[in-house]
Amino acid sequence: MREGQFRNPSGCAISGIFSKTGRRFSGEKIIKSITVMHERSNGLGGGFAGYGIYPEYKDFYAFHMFYDSMTAKKENEEFLERHFDIINLSKIPTRKVPQITDEPLIWRYFVTPLPTKLAESQLDEREFVAKCVFKINTTIKGAYVFSSGKNMGVFKAVGFPEDVGRFYRLEEYEGYCFTAHGRYPTNTPGWWGGAHPFALLDYSVVHNGEISSYDANRRAIEMYGYKCTLKTDTEVITYIIDYLHRKKGLTLNEICSVIAAPFWSTIENKPPEEKETLTYLRNAFASQLITGPFSIIVGFEGGMMALNDRLKLRSMVVGEKDDMVYIASEEAAIRIVESDLDRVWSPKGGEGVIVMLEGGSV
Amino acid sequence: MAIEYLYPDYEVKRDYDRCIVCRVCERQCANEVHEYLPEQNKMVADDAKCVNCHRCVSLCPTRALKIVKSDHTFKENANWSGKSIKEIYKQAGSGGVLLSSMGNPENFPVYFDKILLNASQVTNPSIDPLREPMETKVFLGAKPQKIERDENGKLKNNLSPHITLSMPVMFSAMSYGSISYNAHESLARAAEELGILYNTGEGGLHEDFYKYGKNTIVQVASGRFGVHKDYLNSAAAIEIKMGQGAKPGIGGHLPGKKIVGDVSRTRMIPEGSDAISPAPHHDIYSIEDLRQLVYSLKEATAYTKPVIVKIAAVHNVAAIASGIARSGADVIAIDGFRGGTGAAPTRIRDHVGLPIELALASVDKRLRDEGIRDRVSIVVGGSIRSSADIVKAVALGADCVYIGTAALLALGCHLCRSCHTGKCNWGIATQREDLVKRLNPNIGYKRLVNMLTAWQHEIKEMMGGMGINSIESLKGNRLMLRGVGLNEKELEILGIKHAGE
Repeated sequence: MREGQFRNPSGCAISGIFSKTGRRFSGEKIIKSITVMHERSNGLGGGFAGYGIYPEYKDFYAFHMFYDSMTAKKENEEFLERHFDIINLSKIPTRKVPQITDEPLIWRYFVTPLPTKLAESQLDEREFVAKCVFKINTTIKGAYVFSSGKNMGVFKAVGFPEDVGRFYRLEEYEGYCFTAHGRYPTNTPGWWGGAHPFALLDYSVVHNGEISSYDANRRAIEMYGYKCTLKTDTEVITYIIDYLHRKKGLTLNEICSVIAAPFWSTIENKPPEEKETLTYLRNAFASQLITGPFSIIVGFEGGMMALNDRLKLRSMVVGEKDDMVYIASEEAAIRIVESDLDRVWSPKGGEGVIVMLEGGSV
Repeated sequence: MAIEYLYPDYEVKRDYDRCIVCRVCERQCANEVHEYLPEQNKMVADDAKCVNCHRCVSLCPTRALKIVKSDHTFKENANWSGKSIKEIYKQAGSGGVLLSSMGNPENFPVYFDKILLNASQVTNPSIDPLREPMETKVFLGAKPQKIERDENGKLKNNLSPHITLSMPVMFSAMSYGSISYNAHESLARAAEELGILYNTGEGGLHEDFYKYGKNTIVQVASGRFGVHKDYLNSAAAIEIKMGQGAKPGIGGHLPGKKIVGDVSRTRMIPEGSDAISPAPHHDIYSIEDLRQLVYSLKEATAYTKPVIVKIAAVHNVAAIASGIARSGADVIAIDGFRGGTGAAPTRIRDHVGLPIELALASVDKRLRDEGIRDRVSIVVGGSIRSSADIVKAVALGADCVYIGTAALLALGCHLCRSCHTGKCNWGIATQREDLVKRLNPNIGYKRLVNMLTAWQHEIKEMMGGMGINSIESLKGNRLMLRGVGLNEKELEILGIKHAGE
């Protein structure tokens, strides 16, 4: 059994580190942070997302691929060649770690859509890329795109997150933002693709929780062309965020008011203008409301967002020090990398924490 | 002829030790079952006239009465039931179509009873509605296809007209004429107090009830009785009735003897004339015609009211619903084959249509497959019997449910299924003044409010158990459902897994 053939909820640990000035730092830090929360995962999945890690290829989509076989690799490369200009391809560097076994073939491609194909599709570039990702993941057997954004990458595997970090030599990457995930699934996953972060284009999500709205959300989002192949919460949350942000043009704050909407009793007491907006969002995007426990950290180009469910049924702490912002399931995971914090707080349920690069981008 | 003498289905059993000959039963029975014999100072009953409505039983001060099923029987026959035989005698005598009332009573599967709900354990917490907010508010209507912002970047309210409800329940269409003034008043006042809507049915809106307009759905049916501009504009929403679950494919007939006084005025037809609703709308012979009526009604109300199109659940309901969703309708109401009626030909009621659970599941799926589920809301009825049915319907994909029979039961209906006789002893399905006044709207509306308040509590408890604290997260959440004793095909249509999977 692998992800996608059954519904796989899980409990977890999450962590995120962000430099608002865009100062790049090594992946070592995020490994250190997530390691502290070893008890919150059970060795059945760990992973990281790094932003600003490919400055030399920042204008190209970085596809990270898992292949089950050489046949799948060959078939996928033919697909990529038909749709993209492949600027560079290589194995993703790894090191042997005794705890990490059964690895698939792990490859990385820097690509840009072929102008003719793109024009022919009548889609904007990002939609074209997203469609290709869905195409590969649903039609090429044994091939799986697990990262597809620009100047960012996801690294994940079955194992404890600290072992996964060492396996991928994460300390050799430098970025302005890293997120991490340690997984405690309630079913046995047999597959690396099911680990977190889950990513589409530059959006990546690490998530702790088990959402009760899953099938309502899944059936709603699949209507808009998304295909939930993994049957995990993280997958559907990523698609909802992509849909609301990229396709519908909602701001991140508005997205928080949709997916972790304030209660009607709260909305009732807001000033008229805000009340109208919040009511509009809850009505227009009712199917994107997420209920049940979750804490998520969303990475995207130039920013990071953290959000708890509306009742705050999962722990999540934020710490700040100078230009650095730390977010983790437990305060200890922040203190281990920055003991002298300017400010530490626990965001309320439904209160989004949004950090952006000063000046917009690196 | 002797063949037509049939032993009654029910017997009125009177305990003479308890009977004090107060003659309440005699006064209460509009069917004239009970009779007082002065010489013997004794009450007797003609069982043949009894419809088993329990009015006399309920009002007997000494509990001297009960109604029992007759044990008189035909020779046993697995093919020819007593019911079938009696129906033949009746028709051989009358030459007429058999008439019935209320919903299909036959032994077809009730899918709601073969579906079980989920609850949270360990991996996510259940939520206690007594301690945490638990939301049941719903909106009905189309969702905007794209967002718009003003020059300051503020979101514009570009929602089309919609209905706001405190909980996903509305009272379904029951006309003034088929039910009484007091029944209508009870429904209207209950809807207002509960923050939901009731539905006029096709009999027009009595002038006294215009004040409940913001809690009213006005219906436009094939007879167009009582339809005028003020009627349309008085309401919160307009419903075009294309069909009814109890009698798909046929119209309606309110006999002239019920068209008296206010009923005549409200329907805008002369006293004593039969009110005949044709089977189809004679200006709607296809989907493009429906679109014209939808937009005519929207024009007449300056695009301020959502339009509901109500259809009976029939075999190709999914394709029909898809057509309606593209016709400008804001809400589709689907009525299952168990839906009630004031009168329908028995054969139609008992043999035409589809179970609402299957119709709902296939419509919801089809609209999603076609990417148009956001353009309409779905309301289902026929028959919703409890809060559990509502939770299951919403999880299958409904936005809201209609209740008719359940509301009448709350008002005192005992489901004797004799509405078509017009002699309702409970003052509900009658226009006889002496009977109508038996239903006190001050009590009636309160009982409706009580019932739905109780249901709302139960809905919240079930949602909380599933770890869901707002009803929109339940909508279409089919993973919360499991089937028991259903075959592969049934599970496939319902889009749910079997229990244990």
